[in-house]
Amino acid sequence: MLTLLFDGIAYGMLLFVLALGLAVTMGLMNFINLAHGAFAMAGGYVLVLLMQRGGWPFLAALPVCFLVPALLGAALERTVYRPMYRKPHLDQVLFSIGLTFMAVAAVDFAMGSSQQNLQLPDWLRQRWEFGSGAAMLGVGAYRLFIVVVCVALALGLQALLTRTRFGSRLRAAVDDPTVAAGLGIPVNRVFLLTFAVGSGLAGLGGALGADILGLDPSFPLKFMVYFLIVCAVGGTQSITGPLLAALLLGIADVFGKYYLPKLGGFIVYTLMIVILLWRPQGLFTREAR
Amino acid sequence: MDAANLAATLATHSARVMRWKPWELAVWALIWAAPFAAPQHAALINEIAILALFAISLDLILGYAGIVSLGHAAFFGVGAYAAALLAKHLHPDPLLGLAFGAAVGAVLGALTSPMIVRGSDLTRLMVTMGVALVLLELANKFDGLTGGADGLQGVVMGPLLGVFEFDLAARTASVYSLAVLFVAFVLLRRLVHTPFGMSLKALRDNRLRVAAIGLSVQGRLAVVYTLAAGLAGAAGALLAQTTGFASLDVLEFHRSADVMLALVIGGAGWLWGGLIGAIAFKLMHDLISAITPQYWTFWIGLILVLLMLVGRERLFSPRQWFKRGGTT
Repeated sequence: MLTLLFDGIAYGMLLFVLALGLAVTMGLMNFINLAHGAFAMAGGYVLVLLMQRGGWPFLAALPVCFLVPALLGAALERTVYRPMYRKPHLDQVLFSIGLTFMAVAAVDFAMGSSQQNLQLPDWLRQRWEFGSGAAMLGVGAYRLFIVVVCVALALGLQALLTRTRFGSRLRAAVDDPTVAAGLGIPVNRVFLLTFAVGSGLAGLGGALGADILGLDPSFPLKFMVYFLIVCAVGGTQSITGPLLAALLLGIADVFGKYYLPKLGGFIVYTLMIVILLWRPQGLFTREAR
Repeated sequence: MDAANLAATLATHSARVMRWKPWELAVWALIWAAPFAAPQHAALINEIAILALFAISLDLILGYAGIVSLGHAAFFGVGAYAAALLAKHLHPDPLLGLAFGAAVGAVLGALTSPMIVRGSDLTRLMVTMGVALVLLELANKFDGLTGGADGLQGVVMGPLLGVFEFDLAARTASVYSLAVLFVAFVLLRRLVHTPFGMSLKALRDNRLRVAAIGLSVQGRLAVVYTLAAGLAGAAGALLAQTTGFASLDVLEFHRSADVMLALVIGGAGWLWGGLIGAIAFKLMHDLISAITPQYWTFWIGLILVLLMLVGRERLFSPRQWFKRGGTT
């Protein structure tokens, strides 16, 4: 029981980091970016390439998994994403589905369609057990590592958004780009940075999750639904909403797959529909806009 | 303008737009000639007709009522399973199965229509996608009824109208699907020019204003959603009947995405968009996957990205390529 709960929490934290960038672009920049999973996949493949072909150690490779997707995101934001900001949601959805298709086929072409295996370092493959019987808690070192990293990221981002000058500039630019620009805030640069950080986070999440979620070219399509559920259920006005939604979803998914494996994603999807019918703007929004 | 005048103006307007234009008749004549002129491509024509029917049903809710849906495959899928199960266990008559598939799709549409009334675009995207995914998991779970991942095999259809047998070359199938598509197209063409159809467009453009002049927004959305679901169910039924097979594939996400792509390529908001889009999409699919079978999604993705970045009007009219501006 407790082991399942812990695994669910680790899974949820992972989903949170993966979905966070999407929550930022969707909630703050009002852009539905279904290609978010492609950046996560990029992070995962960078990790695999560095560790397997380059022989890099795991910890040294992680920052690169953030940087490469972030640069990629920045380049794409500047070139193709920016003209799409003012278009209707449907156009954005189709545009980003198109990007996803291209990414899936390109990775398939470059890396092959088989699942990638990661060799985690030994110190992350340990496992501790506490207690016994129903209250037994098994803690995998890697899952603990994920929880720690993700909690640190969540706290850091919350601080970045609420305490720093960049955070207040971003919030101003979102609320009214015209006025913000008039006050001398470089709106375009703020959006560019935000998009890059979001893509980088996705890449980091993809790298961290490569061992748990699996990594193959269909990754963006397979997990797109999960990211979207996190954002839709949690609401996108704060960081707390997606965090709680991701934890709820992660725990529900792990429990569902353990006790009712045949139902697969049924529980998660039903949960989402019920929550969205009850609160269409998301669970943790202050008020409907 | 008083009410009688307004009504008269509206009537002459709708009479004028309702008249069939020469090019429309010409295109339909070409479409009808296709299965007879190229019987070796009957299977492809059949697939195109089914996708076109599916696409115009999506156009009804997306192009006319402005509801974004990523889960239209839900209705397509239940229609396919309903028709296949009916033929397998009860009665093999194709028209009966078609009506049954459409009816089951419509019932599901009516049941789920309250879900699309509330919330934002994102909520609707997620809820419609969620319904299709839940159905997919259910179809997988109840494998005694649906055959699970192996699909429902051994669906044998009786002859159409008691005379025309379904053959392996899909000749009967292509004419059958085209006929259903044609009937649906003619009916919908009438529907979108009625006051009801016009109120849908008004609702798409400004929901608040429609409510303010005293029309029921929720009622209209429920009706059009049910209707579109029924048509999608009919398209699914056609697929199951003409291929003699139904599998989890009919409920999968790529069905919803494909039909959306076809509609967007052709242009949402006019019925011809679904038809032209389906033809373009299927031909493109056939051509590209003949060249690179594994990577055809890359090219469809590229086309989609260009289409959205440049805008359909600008992409397909070369004169505008070098003009700047324009917000389409």
